[in-house]
Amino acid sequence: MRGIVKRFPGVVANAGVDFDLLPGEIHALLGENGAGKTTLMNVLYGLYEPDAGEIWLYGKRVSFASPRDAIASGLGMVHQHFMLIPPFTVAENIILGQRSPREPLLEDRSSVYERLLALSERYGLAIQPDAEVWTLSVGEQQRVEILKALYRGAEVLILDEPTAVLTPQEVEELLAILHRLVDEGKSIIFISHKLDEVLAASDRITVLRDGKVVDTVDASATNKKALARMMVGREVVLRVSKKPANPREPRLIVRELRANSDRGLPALRGVSFEVRAGEIFGIAGVAGNGQSELEEVIAGLRRATAGQVIICDKDTTNCSPREVGQAGLAHIPSDRYRRGLLKDFSVADNLVLQRVSSPPFTVHGVLRRDVIRQEAQRLVREFDVRTPSVDTPAGKLSGGNAQKMILARELARNPRVLLAAQPTRGLDVSAIEYVHRRLIEQRDAGLAILLISTELEEILTLSDRIGVMYEGEIVGVVDAREANINEIGLMMTGSKRQGDDVKEGAA
Amino acid sequence: MTELGSSPVVEPGSGDRASEEELSLAPEQRFQIPPALVNAGAPILGAIIGLLIGALLIVIAGRDPVEAYASMLKGAFGGSRQITETLLKAAPLLLTGLGFTVAFRTRVWNIGGEGQYYMGALLGGMVALFFPEWPPGLLLPAMLLAGVVGGMLWAALAALLKIKRGVSEIISTLMLNYIAVLLVAYLSRGPLQEPGGYLPESAQFVEAARLPGLFGTRVHLGVLIALFFVPLVYVLLWVTPLGFWLRAVGSKDSVAEYAGFNVEKAIFFAMAFSGALAGLTGLIEVSTVHTRLKATITGGYGFSGILVALLGRLHPVGVVLASVFFAALFIGAESMHVLSGLPETLAEAIQAVVVLSVLATDALAHRGQAE
Repeated sequence: MRGIVKRFPGVVANAGVDFDLLPGEIHALLGENGAGKTTLMNVLYGLYEPDAGEIWLYGKRVSFASPRDAIASGLGMVHQHFMLIPPFTVAENIILGQRSPREPLLEDRSSVYERLLALSERYGLAIQPDAEVWTLSVGEQQRVEILKALYRGAEVLILDEPTAVLTPQEVEELLAILHRLVDEGKSIIFISHKLDEVLAASDRITVLRDGKVVDTVDASATNKKALARMMVGREVVLRVSKKPANPREPRLIVRELRANSDRGLPALRGVSFEVRAGEIFGIAGVAGNGQSELEEVIAGLRRATAGQVIICDKDTTNCSPREVGQAGLAHIPSDRYRRGLLKDFSVADNLVLQRVSSPPFTVHGVLRRDVIRQEAQRLVREFDVRTPSVDTPAGKLSGGNAQKMILARELARNPRVLLAAQPTRGLDVSAIEYVHRRLIEQRDAGLAILLISTELEEILTLSDRIGVMYEGEIVGVVDAREANINEIGLMMTGSKRQGDDVKEGAA
Repeated sequence: MTELGSSPVVEPGSGDRASEEELSLAPEQRFQIPPALVNAGAPILGAIIGLLIGALLIVIAGRDPVEAYASMLKGAFGGSRQITETLLKAAPLLLTGLGFTVAFRTRVWNIGGEGQYYMGALLGGMVALFFPEWPPGLLLPAMLLAGVVGGMLWAALAALLKIKRGVSEIISTLMLNYIAVLLVAYLSRGPLQEPGGYLPESAQFVEAARLPGLFGTRVHLGVLIALFFVPLVYVLLWVTPLGFWLRAVGSKDSVAEYAGFNVEKAIFFAMAFSGALAGLTGLIEVSTVHTRLKATITGGYGFSGILVALLGRLHPVGVVLASVFFAALFIGAESMHVLSGLPETLAEAIQAVVVLSVLATDALAHRGQAE
């Protein structure tokens, strides 16, 4: 790709980008949200027409009017959000939208199965063609998308933020598959803003910032710090420093808590711990070990079947979210768009979401728009939420700004306990740094923080004490200063319990 | 974008996501046309397109569309008598449409306006039939109240089924329509039939049970009641915290739940409110137009009120415009029939075409804005 320019009204998304991909290499495209990575790939994939610049493929100048042309030329894209129909089988999803050789009948099932199995075997994808997609894990669904691209003859695979939705184990599996694909002669473009993965996965790295290429470097010749600097354009603190904690009285006490998952299976099997004022208690664990159920039970969004949740000496077990909030809990939800914000409500409305019906925002049963906007303007300034105005719909904010908005809202409620679940999921480096700094600041100011995260790095950076969750139990609690990463890793995968003979929840 | 858009060739999701990425850079510069203008302009453009398609239908029917539309316009607004008729037709559309506005803003799909209309008419009508000796000052308020309660209870049934048992309100309200209509049909040729009468209808209401006309015209109190609810619904939805709560539930119920709003109460309220207005409409119509209970007291308002609400883009002012527009099409169709000899059913076809083109234009205009 030579000199690609793509403008949108008022924005130059790509300002003369050069990018090249060698056969058999993994080339990472690194940059913050909004740097122009996705735009560049959409140009390549035929979704956008570039305003200037040219695309060459195997020595031939090409121009794609649509993804159909791109696919025909051997390109395949795996989107961040999978384009799969859950009740359909893998094979049905893959032949979907493709012309069958014997229209109007569908393609012969056994021949499709055969080809899929052969591909799956060859690249180690381990996918059964007759499995229905809804039964597959997120990682498996992603492999279906890869399989789909390969089935259509892709030689070049574009993966857009492929690891954002995966557990650490699944990330490793994915990286193994990518290497196998490259060994078989495929080329891969790997879009990411996660430094560790980019370093681990790729051969070369191109860093984009503000629509321009900062540099293209060999992965072996660079490091995290240098990449972060290229990405953000200034020095970045990857690991926020903090003073030793000064913990005081327990503010959140969880005792022998049990709850079921959506499917009615036990997800929490007797969880106990406490979080004290002035400390960050981190819950580490591989996704799906009961963290989201724990989050929901504490927040009043899921019923506990047994056990107790006590917030500031008040028993809030199975209380409503409103009552839990009144007891002093603020909550940064792990699923920002399902729980955290109303996309079509304004930033101002979102910033007073829980407080809107009480004074000063409602007086004599009437909403005070002016007061709401004033409060919103204050919070937007204080938390550096980048938005054109407080009247902008919250759905238009970037992920990082949306999260800052949620953080601002929750802290503005003057909580006594903060439940922060996946507080930096999907955010870029500078937003992560910001959120981390704020959390530590709040801890130092005496807030009790329960941090639930599947990013072990984040848990280690922020926590004062770490509880490791495995299959609905806390299998060990360690002091972060003495934390041994290997030991935590073993506990996360269930191979070890704390002290081997210590029972769950030793606090 | 749902999985439905998963055709591998079009890949709509990725385009949207890319624009989201760009939006983070300079959201205010994304639209060349201000959103406010799009909001107001799209329905008007849609209505014009719909009327043009309607003109085509008139041409096919062998008439001059300009002349047909002119006779329609004259029939609806040509004089005080015509305007009165249009207003009388618009009021019930407005009232039911306002109810649906609140329901749909809460994302409660009440399709049972027709049944709630019948139950309001029934309960209110029974007050008129059983207490004919009451003075108008007592009888009319009691009837209005009974009309509200009838519609509200009928809607509450569907709300409870949804909250307690997870029954889709679309199905339950639709089914409850049949029960209500048939119940009124049965009662008006059974227990409530006029003593000694042989038609399947109740005795006529006493004079005191009919809503009075205003200033000596046929425009009755019902029109005023409908207009009264316009500012009320506006204030409810956008000035009170209750409205914030309803709209939050309608926007995304899982977020509303997280924020401490009681989702079930919101659903119940929205359903009961829209049922109450449909019931009130039924009572007003039965008190002024039909003056007795019978199987055929419908004006179709339980259904056309839905269209009016959607056409009015779930905003009280829009609903006023849409209800007048609809009423004018209805009333104008009659004179179009008389003056141009066109079938009245053609007016219904034009109404449908207009609603579809307005909604389609709206959807297209908003696709450009979708995140």
